[in-house]
Amino acid sequence: MIEIQNLTKRYGKHTVVDELSFRCEPGEVLGFLGPNGAGKSTTMKMVTGFVAPDKGRVSVCGHDVQTDGLAARKRLGYLPEGAPCYAEMSPGTFLSFIADIRGLSGSNRRSKLDEVIERLHLAPVINQTIDTLSKGFRRRVGLAQAILHDPEVLILDEPTDGLDPNQKHEVRELIRSMSADKLIVISTHILEEVEAVCSRAIIIANGKILADDTPHELAMRSRYFNAVRLNIGDKTNLDEVRSSLDALDSVKSIETDRHQGILTAIAHRDREATYAWRQVTDLVAAKGWSIDGIQLESGRLDEVFREITQAAKS
Amino acid sequence: MSIVNALFRRELRSYFATPVAYVFIVIFLVLMGTFTFDMGGFYEQGQADLRAFFNFHPWLYLFLVPAISMRLWAEERKNGTIELLMTLPITPWQTVLGKYLAAWTFTGIALTLTFPIWITVNYLGDPDNGTIFAAYIGSFLMAGGFLAIGSCLSAITKNQVIAFVISVVVCFGFLLSGFPTVLDLFSSWAPQAIIDAIASLSFLTHFTNISRGVIDFRDIAYFSLLIGGFLYANTIVLQWKQAD
Repeated sequence: MIEIQNLTKRYGKHTVVDELSFRCEPGEVLGFLGPNGAGKSTTMKMVTGFVAPDKGRVSVCGHDVQTDGLAARKRLGYLPEGAPCYAEMSPGTFLSFIADIRGLSGSNRRSKLDEVIERLHLAPVINQTIDTLSKGFRRRVGLAQAILHDPEVLILDEPTDGLDPNQKHEVRELIRSMSADKLIVISTHILEEVEAVCSRAIIIANGKILADDTPHELAMRSRYFNAVRLNIGDKTNLDEVRSSLDALDSVKSIETDRHQGILTAIAHRDREATYAWRQVTDLVAAKGWSIDGIQLESGRLDEVFREITQAAKS
Repeated sequence: MSIVNALFRRELRSYFATPVAYVFIVIFLVLMGTFTFDMGGFYEQGQADLRAFFNFHPWLYLFLVPAISMRLWAEERKNGTIELLMTLPITPWQTVLGKYLAAWTFTGIALTLTFPIWITVNYLGDPDNGTIFAAYIGSFLMAGGFLAIGSCLSAITKNQVIAFVISVVVCFGFLLSGFPTVLDLFSSWAPQAIIDAIASLSFLTHFTNISRGVIDFRDIAYFSLLIGGFLYANTIVLQWKQAD
């Protein structure tokens, strides 16, 4: 469990984190979202005890990070931004070092080491110096270090930054597989990641919480939520379809992409969820238009993100 | 203690994983040899002792020890590994001690590798081996003093060059304060007690005492306090500057 109360950090006159308060429980995967410079990393650094807050307090599993830091750090696994590692070591010696520091010994040590090496597919490079490894492998070494002692709380600062799509997928699978009994906090600005792994998303900008909800609830704030997307095959038909759709009482407005022949009918919010969908599909069937595709939108997180963070700026 | 041990082994191993260790040891031994035989007049003195050898240690350490210590913290901060280190369940004391002991052991290894000169002088004559042993102890303690200063100063910056230059300057101060020319500046007006106090701050005074073959409690206490004091300051600087 992590509990944050009125956390504040200033650098000079600039307030990076501003009276932040929230708590989260085991079983949650919390996505920490925000534009660059929003205070995500600084907050994580304060949770792990690396940066001392100017005000407020953080407790990890009931241990205050400032006054009882050692106990808090024992329960934490942390991947700092950029996954720093000792470049002259090999993944094998590096992880052994971490195991010693974490106080693992005997068969437990061996099995834990084997497990992370297996989970993160580090076996092929286990004796190579970290210096010579690709970015993907380095990131995995950083992750291995963070999960080695099977911590209760896992803090990952941009865990998939710089990875290729396959590696991103693997890391997300890993996070999902660990999420049942742990509390995992990840920071990211990749929104698909939030949808893929997080059970809760906090959007911050200028050090303040702007939104705190499940990714699904956040996506529902999008004006595209329940919108119907039509891919018109015959573009000459476009204006006719458009005016017919516009006449429907469930449709609030229509966005037109003439070049690709796509119409998006934005649904009224006050109606029940699938009302617009039923009306539009009925209409299409009745008129017998030739349509290449029809799709119900579930809301666009990136649009919500932009709206929320830009509203805060102005 | 097992944590300090883990840090110590990682650190010491990292010296030998990079060319740092080999370059340092070779240069250390070459310079030691050059100073002793060419500038120190080891043969010309015609005496079976190692004074010509030990006289140069403070000056060699002045530049070589900061070269070892400059990377201790500056490098960790530059590479960001300090964030990894300080968020592991260890105390600042354990990290400072682990890294310091590794660096000190490393200089000890370099110093030990000068043993052929001890053999040489025994081959050539009949030296007082007790004195030589004491001088080795004194030299090792002095290296420890330089290192503690350098380690502490390395923690204030990300830049190794700055760490090196500041360390050399501060160490130079600690060396000079025992020099007759410096003490003469004070002797005309300051009371003897102050002059003694300044002289007693110097590495040189205590090293010279020990290398005469007398291992006095006060000299040991001086180096112990100096090392302890600077390492304590190191933990403070570390916590204060770690995240900058």
